[in-house]
Amino acid sequence: MNVVVNGEERVLPAGATVADLLTELGLPSAGIAVAVNGEVVGRARHASTVLPDEALVEVLTAVQGG
Amino acid sequence: MDDPLVIADREYSSRLITGTGGASNLAVLERALVASGTELTTVSIRRVDVEGGTGVLDLLKRLGIDPLPNTAGCRTAAEAVLTARLAREALGTDWVKLEVVADDRTLLPDPVELLEAARTLVADGFTVLPYTNDDPVLALRLEEAGCAAVMPLGSPIGTGLGIRNPHNIELIVARAGVPVVLDAGIGTASDAALAMELGCAAVLLATSVTRAADPEKMAAAMRHAVAGGRLARAAGRVPQRFWAQASSPPR
Repeated sequence: MNVVVNGEERVLPAGATVADLLTELGLPSAGIAVAVNGEVVGRARHASTVLPDEALVEVLTAVQGG
Repeated sequence: MDDPLVIADREYSSRLITGTGGASNLAVLERALVASGTELTTVSIRRVDVEGGTGVLDLLKRLGIDPLPNTAGCRTAAEAVLTARLAREALGTDWVKLEVVADDRTLLPDPVELLEAARTLVADGFTVLPYTNDDPVLALRLEEAGCAAVMPLGSPIGTGLGIRNPHNIELIVARAGVPVVLDAGIGTASDAALAMELGCAAVLLATSVTRAADPEKMAAAMRHAVAGGRLARAAGRVPQRFWAQASSPPR
């Protein structure tokens, strides 16, 4: 299936979860936040949340600013 | 703690809140943060890797400084609310510096969107510190909405124009039941001292330190200016007079 992660298209196996995506991206689950189709997916739900086809995923963290 | 800054359920001994934006690298930022004496520092929420990763959270943790996520870059209440929720998830804090700006040239707060976002976030359990215009009426509205502080600008973000309407800041201070934090526009130490003399509880600044020729030295200057201004406010200044008044006794 196809998803868009931070504006870039990616192909993932059907049934992939948020946790699977983070593993593939080489990201830790601490210090980041994930939104799928505009809704925050909390850390406790990363492993159980299956990404829908064509999902718009944002993976964010804190940077210098303000 | 002597004369602490109290916001919501937290106490800080420093009345200088800093930003992290604009520093050329983390080593420069670290020296400036240490010299400033700050205990609360803003960070922005962005896509991972967009700006080359982040060591800024690790740095703040090592220095014992609380991160204050902001919603910089948001134009609507909906964007700001989502960003605040993402920040809470990423950083594990329900404190947020709420910014909803109207356009890129002025970066002035959009009061309508700001107030709506503040109400939503307060209802969602956030401790909301809104960056607002120097508008005494809007400041009251934000306080009524449940904000833990109000943070009026001295002048637009990054301009270094200082406090353009000191009387409005005094009006905000005179009626506020929550801490007033002068946020944005500080150019140099005298601006920070003036903010405190006007009765602000704290000063939030970034550019004036991070883009100074010597950020570490300017951070120290700001630390002293905030402390000095606070003392002057408490001391009670002499009235201004039109004519001279001799300070030596007549013989």
